[in-house]
Parts: sequence; C-alpha cells; structure tokens
Amino acid sequence: MTDSMKAFFVVAVLIAGGALAYLSFGGIGENLVYYWTPSELVEHGDVAQGAVIRLGGQVEAGSLKWDKEANDLRFNVTDGTTVVPVHGTGVPPQMFREGIGVVVEGTMAGATFESDRLLVKHDNEYQAPEGEADMEELQKSLQPES
Amino acid sequence: MDHAFLGRALILLSIVFAASGAVVGYAGGRRRTEAAHQWTKRLAYSFGGALILANVVMIKALLAHDFAVSYVAQVGSRSTPTHITIVSLWSSLEGSILFWGAVLGIFTVAFVWKEADKHRDMAPYSIATILTIGTFFGFLIAGPANPFLDTPLPIPQDGPGPNPLLQNHILMIVHPPFLYAGYVGMTIPFAMGVAALLRGRLGAGWMRPIRTWMLLPWGFLTAGIVLGGWWAYEVLGWGGYWAWDPVENASFLPWLTASAFLHAAMLQERRGILKGWTLILLLATFCLTILGTFMTRSGVFNSVHSFTQSPIGPTFLVFLAIVMVACTILVAARMHLLTPEGEVRSPVSREAMFVMNNMLFVFFTFLVLVGTVFPLLAEAVRDVKISVGEPYFNRLGVPIAIAIVFLMGIGPALPWGKATDKEALKVLTVPMSVGFSTAILGAIFGVTQPLPALTLFVSGFAGFVALRDMAAPVLVRHNRGGVAWGTAISEAFWRGRRRYGGQIVHLGVAIMAVGIALSSSYQKVAEGVLDAGQTMMVGDYTLRFDGTRQETHPHRRSTIATMTVQKGGKTVGILEPRMNHYRMQMNPIGTPAVRSSFTEDLYLSVMTIDPNGSYVGMRAFVNPAIYWIWIASGIMLLGCIIAAAPSLLFARAPLPAGAAGARA
Repeated sequence: MTDSMKAFFVVAVLIAGGALAYLSFGGIGENLVYYWTPSELVEHGDVAQGAVIRLGGQVEAGSLKWDKEANDLRFNVTDGTTVVPVHGTGVPPQMFREGIGVVVEGTMAGATFESDRLLVKHDNEYQAPEGEADMEELQKSLQPES
Repeated sequence: MDHAFLGRALILLSIVFAASGAVVGYAGGRRRTEAAHQWTKRLAYSFGGALILANVVMIKALLAHDFAVSYVAQVGSRSTPTHITIVSLWSSLEGSILFWGAVLGIFTVAFVWKEADKHRDMAPYSIATILTIGTFFGFLIAGPANPFLDTPLPIPQDGPGPNPLLQNHILMIVHPPFLYAGYVGMTIPFAMGVAALLRGRLGAGWMRPIRTWMLLPWGFLTAGIVLGGWWAYEVLGWGGYWAWDPVENASFLPWLTASAFLHAAMLQERRGILKGWTLILLLATFCLTILGTFMTRSGVFNSVHSFTQSPIGPTFLVFLAIVMVACTILVAARMHLLTPEGEVRSPVSREAMFVMNNMLFVFFTFLVLVGTVFPLLAEAVRDVKISVGEPYFNRLGVPIAIAIVFLMGIGPALPWGKATDKEALKVLTVPMSVGFSTAILGAIFGVTQPLPALTLFVSGFAGFVALRDMAAPVLVRHNRGGVAWGTAISEAFWRGRRRYGGQIVHLGVAIMAVGIALSSSYQKVAEGVLDAGQTMMVGDYTLRFDGTRQETHPHRRSTIATMTVQKGGKTVGILEPRMNHYRMQMNPIGTPAVRSSFTEDLYLSVMTIDPNGSYVGMRAFVNPAIYWIWIASGIMLLGCIIAAAPSLLFARAPLPAGAAGARA
C-alpha cells in the first residue's frame, strides 16, 4: 500500500467511524423508550410529552370504558398513588379487564396518555413456566419492573 | 438405573478429560511430541463422548419419566407426546446448557477427526483451546446449571410438562438447536485462530480450514436467526418477524462479525493481507457469542426469548471478561509476527471493496452493540429503566445494509489488483442497468418510497453480478472451449464450488433484501371488532367473521374464529386464527392464521374473542413479499453448504498457488 493510499484509508475510516459514532450515540437519545410508573410519569412533567413511554401499572377499578363500535378505549392506570388517564383506539387483548396489571406503550398528549400498544402483564399468583418464551412477552419485550 | 448419578458422573468425567486434555494439548503444542499429540486427541474424543453420553442419559431419563432427576421433574410430564418429551431436553435452562455441551462435544469430535492429523503443528493448540472452553462448560453444567440433581423427596408421580409454547409450533422446536449449533460451532474457528496466534504464524494453509469451520456455524446461525424470525411471525401474532429485541440482536451480532470474517479470510487467503484484522474478527465473533449467551441466559433482558433470572449470568460475564483479557494479551504479544505478504494497490479493486465491506460490517456490529448494551449500562450506572427503540436501529442500520448489498455487487465485479477506470466502467455498466431496470419495474408496481426503491436497485445490481459470475465460466467453456453445455456447467461448478457457493449466498442475500424492504415498507394493517356476519377491509381483502367454534385437546382448549376471505367480490379462502387456553397457564395465547403467496401474505391475528362467540377483536395485516425472505434464506443455506461441504467431506490436497490464482 502506498503512503497516499494509506492516508486515504485512514482518513476515510476516521471520518466514517466518527460520523457513525456521532449518529449512533446521538440517535440513541431520541429513540429511547422509558419504563415508567404513573408516579414517575407525572414526576417527569413535560419530558413525557411526545417521548416513547412504557407505562406500567394497574387498570383502575371502575375506569374502563370500551366503545366496541367506535373502537375507542379509555381507562385509568394507577400505581396506588397516582392515576393517569389512558386513551387508545386498538382492540384490547383477551385478558384485559379492570384490576389487571398492564403495560401501555405510547406517549403523553396533554393530560392523557395516548396508547399505541397495550399488553397485559403476568399475574403474580400464577407462576409462568420456564421456557423459551413467556406469554405476554410473546408479543414484545416488556416488563418494566420486576 | 440411577440416571441422576450416571449423568453427574459423566459430567465430572468430561471436566477431567477437558482439563487434562487442555494441559496436555498446550504442552504438546510447545514440545511437539507424537505422544502428546495422540493423548490430546484421545482426551478430546473422551470429552466429546462423555458429554454426548450425558445427553443420551438425560433423554433416557426423560423418556422413562424418571422424576428422581431434577430436570425431568421440572419439564417432564406423562401426558406429553414422545417427540415433545425428547425436545424438552432444551426447553429449559439447565437442559439447554447440557444440550449445548452435546453440541460442543459433536463439534470437538468432528474437528479432531477431520483436522488433527492434517495440521499437526496447529492441532494441539486448537484442541487445547477447545478443551479449555469445554472445561468452563463442564463446570457450568456440574455447578450452577446442573440438570442431574436428585429431586427432593418425595419424588412426584408426574410433572408439569414443558412450556406449552414448545408444542404450539414446530419451528419452536427446531430453531434453538440451529442457534446453539451456530453459537457453539464458533468455538472451533476461534480455537484455530488462537492456535495461529500461539504459533505466531498464519498462512493460507491454515486459513482455509478456519474459513471452512467458520462457514459451518455461520450457516447454522443464519438458519437459526431466520427460523427464529419465522417462528415469531407464525406464532406471535404481531405481524412481523424482527423487532431489534436484545436477544435477536444477540444472535445477529456474531453473525455480522462472522460474515465480515468470511470475507476478510478470503482476502487473507488470496492476498496475504489483513492477517491481524482477520484474527481479531475471529476472536470478536467468539466473544460476541459469549456475550449473546450471557444476554439470553442470564435474564438481564426481559425479552421474548430469554429464560428467567438465573445464577449463571455472572458466571458468563466473568468468563467473557477472562476470554477478552486473554485475547487482548495474545493479540498484543503475537500480532507483530503476522507479517503481511501483499498489499492493497488501488481503491478500485476487489481488495479495496473487501476492506470497505469489512468496515461496514464492523460499523453495523458497533451500531447494534451500542443499542443493545446501552440500556444495561444506563440501568447499572444511573438506575433508570429504558430500552432503545426500533427507529434507532433502522435509521442507521438500513443504509448500512443497503451499502453492503451494493458492495456485494461491486466487489465480485472488479478484478483483484487494480482496475483502470475503463475496465471498471465496462464490468459495471450492464449490472448497473439491470439495477435501474429493477427499480423502474418496482416503481411501475408502486414501489416509490426512496429506501425500498434503492434496495431494489442494489439488489438487482448485485443479484445480476452474482448470476453473471456464475454464468461466465460456463460460457467461456462452451463458447471458446467448445464444450457441451452439460459438461461445461458441471466442470465449471466442480472446479469453482467455493465461488459458486459464495455467489449463491449473495443471490440469496439480494432476494432477502428485497423481501425485507418490501414487507417492512408496504405492510397494511387494519384492526376492528366484528360481530358475526360483519366484515372489515384490509388492503384488497374483505374479511367476514362467520362465528367461532371450540376445539379441545388434552393440553389446550382453542377458540377458533372462522374468517371468510374475499378479494374482488370472490371468496378466496377461509382463515381460522385462534385463541389457545393452555392447561398450565392462565393467560391465553393467540395463534395467527396466515395465507401465504409469492406476492403477499394475509395475516390474521385474534386480539380478543368473546367466550360466547358473539364478537371477535381482529388485527389483520397484508405483508408483501415476505415469503421471499424464507426462500432467500434457503438459497443462502444452499450456497453455504456448497461452499463448505467439499472441504469438510472430501480430503483434498491444497491447491498450488497458481491454480488458486487462476480460479480467482
């Protein structure tokens, strides 16, 4: 390899590597998904507006309203101290009901949490068998708190 | 017979064989005595044999429903069908590590049998390294992941059976062994690379077998990754096959560096350059498999595929640290001995394209590694729970992947050494035109988004180069040599099997790129709640919900929705997505129904279903071109087999330098 060729390669690698490092570390900040409870969500205030969040908690008793025809779903998620109203347009999963643990992916829009995806969490009294996969986690990786 | 005792004894024996074999091997590598060589071989065979036998004992225990063995009590059940009982060997953590040992045993025996006597200078060090790793796995099986413990009294009469998901789909059974074979198989080329560093010598004569032994696990890993994606697609019901899940990434990372290595190795073999770089890729690949195992098996990630919390996580982390430190010391101490025999003379050459290809693969690895490990570090350092979203991976990963496919066309088209501008133009004009035509054809059918259109261009371009590269030797033989077509084809093929293998893999990659681009960019989704008789639309399809029925099996009860599919006013079929309730699990699992064709898949997934059958919540997808991803992976495997099989099956004398050059 001639010296000029070497210099060419070194410079090319440095530029490309630098650009990639910049882009990947820069890109991470914008694409983080936060795992928050309702209290943490409220604590973060405006940061929650527009950020991708997995909100974990319980469906508050008496809060569930599902309009089957309009495909419109409203309920509150609570962690015992804080309550966050959630709105979604999807079809809720089979086990979805009041009092069950859920993980809602979406973002805060004003005072309401807009849900893109809704998952039902493990019920603790039933131990999930060990194996390659667990049920809710089938759909996606989820489980903000263990 | 006491299965638990026998199993434990075999595991302990395997540790003894591995540890003593490693000592004899390293010593024999230094002194090079015939006796040491023979003893290393014997101990390696014994190690492999003991681990394989231990697995046989476990399968026997499973089949005999010997619940006195802890693992059988954990996953066995008298009501499970026999074939499921056998595969429950790898359905849970302890069993999967034991099975891992069997795969390592098989690879060890195959390697010793095939290469030990052919490469007497390198074999003892290689085997010693394999056995060192084997010692670690032996301790792992004997200690934190021991499946052969005695069940505490009283011994149960029946067990819970394996995870019902194992029984949900055949792919769930077959994909883990492929991944294991891919992961474990990387041990062999790694050990061969370590041997080269210990000897301080790396020539084409040793690089060739390393490359072959890398091709084998690479093929398994490719198959394992695709089968895993296919399983996710057929079973999980979210309409996709890849989500940049940490565990998916864990298998993808070593695949990337292994792919980079396979290319760098060719450069090293043909031109004698980048020896150190090639070896570093080899070592990194192995480290990434260990990291991947740590991520999959330790429960640090909550993921689709990972096992629950287990004590073996820290063990793997320590092992990874030791391997990395050892590799770094070895590289630092020995790298200066690996003198290059050639050089890259021009940026317009095949060599230069290989170098760029390697840079891109390494960038890709870096990108995925950062995105995968970042949440772990964030949690460890700042105690926040986060994950990295898919857009991060796609935004940079997609352009890099497109660039790799583009290089896949340029590299093989350019000659070794140095191409003049005129030559370069000549070899690239026709493939470029084919690429443009593909993109235009795509645009006619509606593929107008920039990235998919670009993918069509690079795939058409690279696919054509691969085809031309395969056709050229045949044409030369027929047209200039006057050989009959049949003879010309078989001659060209048999003389250039590795090249044909490689180009077939490339063709598969080009097709897969198209499948991925179209299916991810042009997916259509619709969601709705239907009462009996109601319809919904997705794409060109009208779906009508005709009611539900129940099906009951010993292990599960299914509620099945009958959906009539209509297209253009005509009924084209009936799809039956279902919701399964398993005996041992509270939450039901949906199984989607897929209607596949070469152009598009219609994919129906039950979200929720009324127990009385009055309504169903349905999610419907139209996924274009997805079938081509599975076909493409088959083509890639075929190419891999063609490239690897001859060297593994037939012992051949190394080609003289002149002949190798002529075939390049």
